[in-house]
Amino acid sequence: MKMQYFIQGGDFSAGGRASTEVKSIIKQFNISPEKIRRIAIALYEAEMNVVAHAFKGKMDVDLRPDHIRVVFIDEGPGIEDIDKAMEEGFSTASDEVRQMGFGAGMGLPNIKRNCDEMLLSSVPGKGTRLEIKVLF
Amino acid sequence: MEKNLKFFIKELGLECKAGEELLNRVPKGAYVSDLLSDVIGKAQEDMIWITTQAHRNIIAVASLKELSAIIVVNDRKVDDDVLESADSEGVVVLSTKEAAFETAGKLYCILYDIDT
Repeated sequence: MKMQYFIQGGDFSAGGRASTEVKSIIKQFNISPEKIRRIAIALYEAEMNVVAHAFKGKMDVDLRPDHIRVVFIDEGPGIEDIDKAMEEGFSTASDEVRQMGFGAGMGLPNIKRNCDEMLLSSVPGKGTRLEIKVLF
Repeated sequence: MEKNLKFFIKELGLECKAGEELLNRVPKGAYVSDLLSDVIGKAQEDMIWITTQAHRNIIAVASLKELSAIIVVNDRKVDDDVLESADSEGVVVLSTKEAAFETAGKLYCILYDIDT
């Protein structure tokens, strides 16, 4: 089963809509509540990264009997140093974004903790690609 | 008496803003933070979340983590559209005039039966 969602950069009021929708869809399948929670957390953090940092992006979901694979591709500033971005506490979020409680520098580590495979690549000045896989 | 959300509302003088039909929930601990990803990473299911944040993304975080309730401190106003989304997502939103420190302190004493 495949689904695609558009994510608008900077739109915090709609932020989280795509991941919330995917959560309610996968709840209809025979997937453990713990897995559902992990998937929902990883997707929410990834979606909010696009909202907080990129101009726009899309989220492609591929749901299979034994796993879910979700790919986020955005157009935006990209990530200069991926190792640094993966460190807890490191963030390049703006003051405005931080005031809302985002930009704690824990989004990417939270994603890693809640998935089985994570692939992150980026071209600075162009955009970022994040692939997340969770096994059932 | 079972320490459910109703009990905490009464003891701490909280106001229920959303999720009124869910006040039989029995919270297991609490977490204080204004950083959303910190809550996502560290809070556990069925905890109460104490925060000064009042925008709509707190509802998504509470729903994702299946938290017992959010207590918005310092009498911060929570907009109606945020409360509507809380009601539809099954998130309890409580409000207090007090600051996070006082709220957490009182909650801690009640949760762990400490006489003050």
